[in-house]
Amino acid sequence: MSVSIVPLSQLPNGGSGRVASLTAQGLIRRHLLDLGLVTGSWVEAIRRSPAGDPAAFNIRGAIIALRNEDANQILISID
Amino acid sequence: MGTLNSSLSSLLSNLAQEINPKETQEIRDSIVGSIYSCAEAIAEKVAHHELERRSELDQKIDNVVTSRLLGIPIMLALLGAILWITITGANYPSEMLAVGLFWLEDQITKLFIMINAPAWLHGVLVLGMYRGLAWVVSVMLPPMAIFFPLFTLLEDLGYLPRVAFNLDRYFKKACAHGKQALTMCMGFGCNAAGVISCRIIESPRERLIAILTNNFVPCNGRFPTLITLSMIFLGGTVATSYSTAAATASVVGLVLVGVGITLLISWLLSKTVLKGVPSFFTLELPPYRKPQVGRILVRSLLDRTIFVLMRAVVVAAPAGAITWILANIFIGDLSILAHLAGWLDPFGRLLGMDGIILMAFILGLPANEIVLPIMIMSYVSAGAILELDSLNALRTLLIDNGWTWLTALSMMLFSLLHYPCGTTLLTIYKETKSMKWTVFSALMPLAVAIIVTLLVAQTAFLLGLV
Amino acid sequence: MELTYVDFGLKPLPDQLVIALAGNPNTGKSTVFNALTGLKQHTGNWPGKTVLRAEGSFIHRNNKILLVDLPGTYSLLATSADEQVARDFICLGRPNATVVVTDATCLERNLNLVLQVMEITPKVVVCVNLMDEAKRRKIRVDVDTLSRELGVPCIPTTARDGVGLDKLKDAILDVATGVTVTSPRRVTYEPYIKQAATQLEARIRPFLPKWVNHYWIALRLLEGDSSIIKAIWSRLEDDSVRAVIKEGTAAWAR
Repeated sequence: MSVSIVPLSQLPNGGSGRVASLTAQGLIRRHLLDLGLVTGSWVEAIRRSPAGDPAAFNIRGAIIALRNEDANQILISID
Repeated sequence: MGTLNSSLSSLLSNLAQEINPKETQEIRDSIVGSIYSCAEAIAEKVAHHELERRSELDQKIDNVVTSRLLGIPIMLALLGAILWITITGANYPSEMLAVGLFWLEDQITKLFIMINAPAWLHGVLVLGMYRGLAWVVSVMLPPMAIFFPLFTLLEDLGYLPRVAFNLDRYFKKACAHGKQALTMCMGFGCNAAGVISCRIIESPRERLIAILTNNFVPCNGRFPTLITLSMIFLGGTVATSYSTAAATASVVGLVLVGVGITLLISWLLSKTVLKGVPSFFTLELPPYRKPQVGRILVRSLLDRTIFVLMRAVVVAAPAGAITWILANIFIGDLSILAHLAGWLDPFGRLLGMDGIILMAFILGLPANEIVLPIMIMSYVSAGAILELDSLNALRTLLIDNGWTWLTALSMMLFSLLHYPCGTTLLTIYKETKSMKWTVFSALMPLAVAIIVTLLVAQTAFLLGLV
Repeated sequence: MELTYVDFGLKPLPDQLVIALAGNPNTGKSTVFNALTGLKQHTGNWPGKTVLRAEGSFIHRNNKILLVDLPGTYSLLATSADEQVARDFICLGRPNATVVVTDATCLERNLNLVLQVMEITPKVVVCVNLMDEAKRRKIRVDVDTLSRELGVPCIPTTARDGVGLDKLKDAILDVATGVTVTSPRRVTYEPYIKQAATQLEARIRPFLPKWVNHYWIALRLLEGDSSIIKAIWSRLEDDSVRAVIKEGTAAWAR
């Protein structure tokens, strides 16, 4: 079973995985953690806005939109 | 006391040395992780899901309303639909209210004659105060009382976060916050409420941008002006059966102009006085909720009506009295009003309008609802007294005063873009606690309004369109 | 040694119990607030709608209660101004009880906040709202087990239809007046964090009033957030408060 690591922003709609690590620092990291994006959390990409950015993710049962540059700082492992 | 304080400070600074930032980050990650795993463990024990936990219907709705192809057209269509219902629905109550209120005016006038009241008293109280009030109530109240509940329905349904989701990309390009779209939606109801709602934007820079540009969204007090002028001048140019549609389209177009200007000004502010990069953005798309239709309609209808009536009494009645006084005190052979309008006239013409319209905007600073009534009263008092009980009568009055489609368009643009009302300015002061930004929030839109109307009017003159 | 509510712009009557209402955004918190107080605060469906902190009062079983609606937050770790307002009020406003409104369809995310509130104060009532929505989506929530797991009263409600509100009021009153004694579930942290926090707790004790949870503040300091300790100090205006702490410091110095 191979595991690949991709930034959350590259997860296709309907794709899911678990948070491997956060590359964000400081305040953004705190925000992401508070949203429930701790290591091991399951995340699913739900949809993209008409312009492709932001994208909405299922994070612990809430649908939350993140901009690409923020979602880029979340690494996801997919098996 | 100082020693204790300083020993606390030294404890804190010791602590900062003992734990390096990397450790702090690790500890925080671990703490948040522990709390979430505890929550996860408990939730697993107590919540049992038999199905997919999210609603399929929600998914299907979102697939449509945020789709690449339809997302933005649906937003416009919804706005159009709300405006169309507002315009159609407001027609009859407006006319009925006008007929009723002007009938009442006749009765009051008879009473004044009966008790031999002096003409100036009748003028101030009836032709000034009462008329100002009657105009605000008959022209402004019905559209506001229809628009607001409809908009509230969309709000309760949970559609507004989808609007922010669809538009965020454009706000990002303007270096602004996606939630600015939500604050603009609130601005449709009332710009003061819109300014307060800017608190949802965490970054001070982006919040200030949202506050300063909120008035480019036409509030409830301006919609009736836009609708009335559209009906008279743009709806009037096509067959009657299409006039509502044409008026709707023109108001939607104006809203788009407002959104475009908002993005442009946000971008300009970001590049000049409010330099900075976009901050962190998250937006929850909540599940749709079945609105409690009956309750919302009744409540917001009542709330709106009471709100408008209150404003009519507090602002429109005094403004009506002042307008009448200005129109009836003569210096030389012209009234003060005529003098003022005369001074403003050359500048007004430059912008495609006239002196009376500009004066109405100036006197209308306390509340946008009274701009149109003041303007009408000024025209009426300058010429023959008219019974204004229909759009047609208004149309005749305006055309008699030299109006063209350009006058209407310029006034609509000016109304859309000019300084926010007094209440909103006060709110901006309370929110920013800065006189500088409050003054800026009045002057910047005024400059935008002048530049845009100047460009439009001069282009029209140059091309010989009028 | 009393911090007054005036610090938060609140002026409860002398015999009024002060209850804070916390919760994630979009849990129907405003609906619960309106249902309890009979006020008609508008409840739009968008996150962050409660931008003005609302207060309302009601009477239950002859007890006067002042309910304070806090901003909706996912967390109390004070990353945003809203979170800071909510946290400071729960910690320093010393409400007689704090109600955390949760979304029955999305418990895990909501329990995160509940656990954090319980770290600050044991006087917590959990309102498991949107039970109708959970039923519609075939989610079964075992509220009794939840109460046992959390160690605080959990009350199922459907606030928009008024279901469960009387029981919620009972629970609030019982917790506020001490009739119900809670034993909140503690989050287990990694041993090294626990140890560091316990050590730090002893060092900061002299600087803090007795009624704040010293362990919780130690955790905040460990993760690099000294805002809460500063918030406490900025509110300790009263000299007598300082005197008490000073005595503590003197004792500690010996």
